[in-house]
Amino acid sequence: MRRTTIDIWVGIFVVIGVLALLFLSLRVGNLGSSKLQSPYVLQARFDNIGGLKVRAPIKSAGVVVGRIDSIALDSQNYQALVTMKMDDRYRFPKDTFATINTSGLLGEQYIGLEPGGDPENIEPGGVIKKTQSAVVLEKLISQFMFSAAEKGNAGDK
Amino acid sequence: MLDGLLSFFSFIGSRTISAVWRLGFAARFFGMLILLSGSSFRRINLTLREIYFSGVMSLIIILVSGLFVGMVLGLQGYDTLARYGSEEALGVLVALSLVRELGPVVAGLLFASRAGSAITAEIGLMKATEQLDAMDMMAVNPIARVVAPRFWGGVISMPLLAALFSAMGVLGGYLVGVVMIGTDSGSFWGQMQASVDFQRDILNGVIKSMVFGIAVSWVAVFEGYDSDATAEGVSRATTRTVVTSSLAILGLDFILTSLMFRG
Repeated sequence: MRRTTIDIWVGIFVVIGVLALLFLSLRVGNLGSSKLQSPYVLQARFDNIGGLKVRAPIKSAGVVVGRIDSIALDSQNYQALVTMKMDDRYRFPKDTFATINTSGLLGEQYIGLEPGGDPENIEPGGVIKKTQSAVVLEKLISQFMFSAAEKGNAGDK
Repeated sequence: MLDGLLSFFSFIGSRTISAVWRLGFAARFFGMLILLSGSSFRRINLTLREIYFSGVMSLIIILVSGLFVGMVLGLQGYDTLARYGSEEALGVLVALSLVRELGPVVAGLLFASRAGSAITAEIGLMKATEQLDAMDMMAVNPIARVVAPRFWGGVISMPLLAALFSAMGVLGGYLVGVVMIGTDSGSFWGQMQASVDFQRDILNGVIKSMVFGIAVSWVAVFEGYDSDATAEGVSRATTRTVVTSSLAILGLDFILTSLMFRG
């Protein structure tokens, strides 16, 4: 085997290996796309966040506008304090309504933002006041069962 | 009775001592290898030649098996996901299982049996034909001249091969999932990008493949260097390379996975 042939093949090998790594990082992974541009921080308090996780998306009208940065328990009033990193291109009015939704029946949970009509926007670092907790399926079922049982009792009399 | 008991204990004792001795020898050998590996970068042609033999020559088997593993993942994943009505998550399933686990592990196993066994056989045969002793006589250190370039060639080749395996696997999953079965191409790539994290998934997979590369190359050169200088000894060393490095890959994979993806 002549030396130049080896050099060429090793060169080809290294180049396609690096290309495969790039393909994995940019096309398969999220290195290329979902970095938020100069994000700003918003906070929101929820009574119950259900199964919400760090890095879950924040969507408004279905568009991803940010990601959850951290989740902590506020020991003052025992609410969940969710810190969100928002894309700098999007600002939301002061009376924006934050809800915890589920994508699909078994999908991951995300925070949905419904903008209100207030002319002023929330400042970076501000707090979203109007929130709605996650729907906990067990609570929903037990409420339904109890109300069904009451109705059944009322029907007997 | 007493004789039987004594020979039982002495059997266990001698096996333990020889196992510990081999482990210590392997560790000292690794130390020597690192100390003497300067020359494999100063004379880079030696290392390039080994990258050619262990990396380039393994390309075909790695690419073809990556493609087929990805295609099987696509078929099996589609079959299972379709039961839950979430076929669009096929891209996530294929990409995560390849990048995190199958890429490094299967590429490592293939590398161990394709390149590791060849390295062991080559070094073992050099030892059996007294080429290593001849080098020593000529004041050429065989570890620096023969062993270190083969070790570094393997260490450099392995992450690239694992990345190629994963990339081919993703393409195979795409071929089956999107081109053949007809799930939506946009959600295949989109969901994949949304849930494969660069640091958590891809970087950890690369770290895994580096660790496997070091383990396989180390075992291969050590078994070759330590083999009995006979035809039978070389064949036994080659077998031991494949067995030991495959077990090392699987064991290390468990340890690394539990460190990386716990919680």
